[in-house]
Order: sequence, then structure tokens, then C-alpha cells
Amino acid sequence: MSAARLMQGNQACAEGMIAAGVRFFAGYPITPSTEVAEILAEELPKIGGKFIQMEDEIASMGAVLGASLTGTKAITATSGPGFSLKQELIGYGCMSEIPCVIVNVQRMGPSTGLPTSPAQGDVMQSRWGTHGDHGIIVLSPGSVREAFDVAVASVNFSEKYRTPVILLLDEVIGHMRERVELPETGSLQIIGRKTPTDSPETYQAYKPDADGVPPMAPFGTGYYYHVTGLVHTYAGMPSGGGKVTDELVHRLESKLTRAQDDITLYTEDGLADADVIVLTYGGSSRAAGAAVKAARAKGVKVGLLKLITIWPFPAELVMEKTKHAKTIIVPELNCGQLVGEIERYVGRDKVVSVTRVDGELFTPDEIVGPILTAGGVK
Amino acid sequence: MAVIEKYLRQSALPHIWCPGCGHGILLAAILRAIDKQQLEQDKTIIVSGIGCSSRASGYMNFNTVHTAHGRALPFATGIKLAHPELNVIVITGDGDATAIGGNHFIHACRRNIDLTTIIFNNNIYGMTGGQSSPLTPHGAFATTAPYGSIDRPFDIAALAIAAGSTYVARGTAYHAMQLTDLIAKGIASKGFSVIDAISQCPTSFGRKNKQGGPVQMMQWQKDHAVLIQAAVKMKPEELVGKFVIGELHKSEAPEYTAEYDKIIARIQGKGGAAQ
Repeated sequence: MSAARLMQGNQACAEGMIAAGVRFFAGYPITPSTEVAEILAEELPKIGGKFIQMEDEIASMGAVLGASLTGTKAITATSGPGFSLKQELIGYGCMSEIPCVIVNVQRMGPSTGLPTSPAQGDVMQSRWGTHGDHGIIVLSPGSVREAFDVAVASVNFSEKYRTPVILLLDEVIGHMRERVELPETGSLQIIGRKTPTDSPETYQAYKPDADGVPPMAPFGTGYYYHVTGLVHTYAGMPSGGGKVTDELVHRLESKLTRAQDDITLYTEDGLADADVIVLTYGGSSRAAGAAVKAARAKGVKVGLLKLITIWPFPAELVMEKTKHAKTIIVPELNCGQLVGEIERYVGRDKVVSVTRVDGELFTPDEIVGPILTAGGVK
Repeated sequence: MAVIEKYLRQSALPHIWCPGCGHGILLAAILRAIDKQQLEQDKTIIVSGIGCSSRASGYMNFNTVHTAHGRALPFATGIKLAHPELNVIVITGDGDATAIGGNHFIHACRRNIDLTTIIFNNNIYGMTGGQSSPLTPHGAFATTAPYGSIDRPFDIAALAIAAGSTYVARGTAYHAMQLTDLIAKGIASKGFSVIDAISQCPTSFGRKNKQGGPVQMMQWQKDHAVLIQAAVKMKPEELVGKFVIGELHKSEAPEYTAEYDKIIARIQGKGGAAQ
């Protein structure tokens, strides 16, 4: 561990990206994510990396994809309105399987909304923001230290599974300052994309290995191939074939769902005897954790299940961990987005949705109340 | 043909372009220019947008990216900045580059990043069946300009020069050998190079505007093009209805990736000593 430092979530995120091997950032200024860009503008050239401020959000996403094609780990950072603009090329990244990370420090929406207020309103957009069926990985940390760890994980997953990964912070995690001790870079597991073992003559850029992920040759290394957003063959060439399309679209999702156990990150506390479970993620987990402690002190058998991986939704985990609970309480800083997915797997009758969309954080009391009610404690 | 054959992805042929389309001539001109400049095939990347023009990348035996509509330049910028040793050539259309990609176009010019951009300019959206583009002439017909276009078209070269591009040329499918030379010079120029390459679309533009078949349309290119060397000696009224071809602009300005490398060298050179 390095010495303890006081730092912001956005800074921890930027440092995690560098530790994970990111050497390219393209972005456009937007609150409340801008510190990620500012820090990387300063730090990347020191280590031979590249930073570019592009003309708009769309261009920054395009530059990230281009850089990644050369084998360079590349990311961008944005917030709601910018995240909306990036959706076209996030879909391109999914379709053409280009590793990259999009940091989305969520703010209140829709539209310009409340630029400096926390929210968790992009849960569904991060899953389905681009058109068409596709798999995607979405991770949401709940502390400054986690912003670092999950930044590293997001890059690792993007490389391992050849996919865009959304790192879903929220304004409060991005701007909160906490005392953290970060791990030494040498102690981290850093993953790079697999490269072909075939010769350039036999290499097929989109022919998957047994794990569903095709090896990826960096541009400029003599492996010629075509990259397109059109439906494509194993060779990467456009195809209108039904069988090719069906196999490709299914694989884009199944390469991630088959790796659900590897991708699923979570923490739990006090679930063993819990009648009531607070199922939380991101910034809301802070108030949820405090509420669980307070309600325990009042005699309710309540536990905390905090998801870090929210997409692909860890359905098996949630069903297993909640099977003995009578009530599952889901606090979210939105009108109820992930709760629908939870209800889908554990049943509507057990789930209580607690929501807040006024630009303020939950107080622990707002979550203690529903816990006490569920636990039968007045 | 022998010169360009090794640069073609034979398995991807035949191409999808309509009979009489000028794009194949432009593609051959690019490949001859690559050969002329002796670019290393392994280190040459072709980036295109969306539309008839941008299908060209699929026929070229390099690392090729057929990006999203209008977005070729951002991808190319990322490739070039991440690896400045790569030669990056961008193929785009008039609508792709100046409508949906217009913002990227002017900013790539402004940055003067070392990319060579060839705009396949056929004055129309061909892939979607003949809608008007920012290069459709005033008064010309298109499926979305059924009463004649009231829009004023861009002058791509003037736009590129104003935005800061350091090499700007115009050629045509008819003047194929000159076009090869203009593209080769664009590749050689260290900065953002723009070649406005005029092409014919007999199917969607020529037919709607009663311009005849591909032969008549190429004859039109021949009859209306004026070489820059001649144009500078002509009066403005003599140039009405004509267009100028050749090397239109060449200037010196710092190139973006070289400037970035200087920053890296400066910071790393200082190291801990100065800080």
C-alpha cells in the first residue's frame, strides 16, 4: 500500500486508469467528469501517453476507438448529455469489438438537468443506450477507493472480453474526497487483450475462440483486416446473411453472459441471517450501509448486498443471496431503474423500491424507515 | 492494373458501385499514389466513413476501418495520435465529410494533424438513393430537392483552406493521372491534406439532372475543369461555370502529433530535476 492520501473519486478513477495501462484519453469538457480529463491531460504525456481534447463528445468516442485499434488502451470520460451523444459509437465499439472504457459520472437528467447534482439515472441508458441487441459491461463503484479498483477492473474486462465497458460513477462518488490508501501498481493484476497465434495469412479477425472472444491484432503489425459496423463475417467483411447475423448478434451478448461469474463484482454484509436485504449500488450504497447498521442496532435482521457489476445483471447471484429474505429494499437516485431487473428475478411481492430524484442524496433515515417497517419494528 | 493489384482485397471484389460510377477510378488513383510514395503496406491504415465512397476501404488490402457516418476523421485522429509512425489515409464522401462530419472536418484542418483525406465528391447521397448533399449545386435536382435545391453548396477547398489545412487540391475522375499525383503530394505533405476528388454518379445525380451517362458526365468534367496554372491568368468572368483543379494551396504550420511529441520530450527531459 502507498501512503494514505486525501483524494477525489474522479482522481482515483484517473489514477486507476493509468495503473491499468491506459495510455490514451480523448474527451470533451463536461461537469461533473472534467477532473478525469484534466488529470490525464497532465499525467499521460509524463509516461509517454496521449491526451486530446476533441471538438465534441462524438469525436472523442471515435478517437478512443481509433486509438484502441492500434493496441493502445484508451478511455474517455463524460456525463449525461455527453453520454447520450456517444451512444452511436459505443454501439460501433460493441459491434466491432473494440476494447475501451467510457467513464460516465452521472448527473441529474434528463437533458441538461442539474449538472452538479448526483443521480443514478443512467442505469438503463448504460445498458440500452445504443440501438440494437448487444452485450455490455457496466460497473458502479461506491467509494473513492472503489473508484480506483473498479477503474482497473473496467480496463481489464474491456481487454479480456473485447468490449466497451461503462464505468458508472455518480456526481457524489466523482467529487467526494476520502482518505485512501491505493495499492502499489506492481501488486495489481493487469490484463491485456489476447493477440493472434495464427499467421497474418490465416488470421480471421472476428473468428471467436472457445470463450467467444476473437483474438485482436493491433493495426500496423502486418495483420490486414477490415473493421466495420456492418454485420460481418469472421474475416470482418460485410455480410447480409441471416446465419452470420444471428450468430454474431447472439455472440456479442453471450461472450459476456457466459463469463458472468468472472465479471460479477459485489460486496455483502450480514446476509447470513437477514430477513431484510438492502440491495444497493453506487453512491446510494453509503446511506444504505449506514441505514443497515442503524436498523441492526434496533433489532432488525437486515443485511446489505452491494452490486458493483450491474450489467450484465448478476441474476444468479441476486437470486441466491436473497432466497431466504422476506423483503428486498432497493434504494436508487432515480425513479426506479435497476429495481425492475431485480423484480424480474426475485418476484415483485418481495421488493420495495425507494427512490429520490430531487438532486439530493439519500439520508440514512430515508432507508431506515422502510427497513424497520419490513422488519416489523416500530 | 498490375501496380495496384497487390493493394486490392481480391476476395472482396467485385465492388458494389453502379456501372459508370467514378469511384473506382478514384480508388485506383489512391492505390497508385500509395505505390508512388512507396508507403509500407503494414504501416498504412485506411479509414472511411459511410456511403458509396466509404465502401472503398473494404476493397483495399491494409488495416481498414469502415467507421460510422461522418466519423472517419475522429477514428483516424485517434489512430494517428496513438501511433504517429502509421500512414493514415481517409476516404469520405461529400455528405459524409461536410454535412454529418462537418465539425470533425474543420477541426481536423485546424489541428493540422498528418492525415490525407480524399473526398469522393459526387454532389449527392448515392447510397441512400439520391438525396441532396451540401455539394449539390444550387438549382440541381435530388429526391429531396424535387423542385431544385435552394441550398448554397460548400466550396470544399475554400472551407479547408480557411479552417487551416496545409495542403489542398482538387482533381477529377477524368483527370485520373493528375489526381494520382495530387494524392501522392498530399501524402508527402506533413499535415492535414485535403483532396476534393470530383466523381460522377450517373445513377442518382446524372439521371435526375439530365446530364447523360457516365461518358457525358466525364466529358463535363473535362470541359469545365481549368488548371490552376491557367486559372490564375484568367479573369473572374472567364471562370464562371468552371472549376479549378490542381494544387490549390500549400502552407507550412506545426503538425499536431509532432507538437505532442515535443511536449512528451520536454516533460520527460525535465524529469524530477526541475520539479
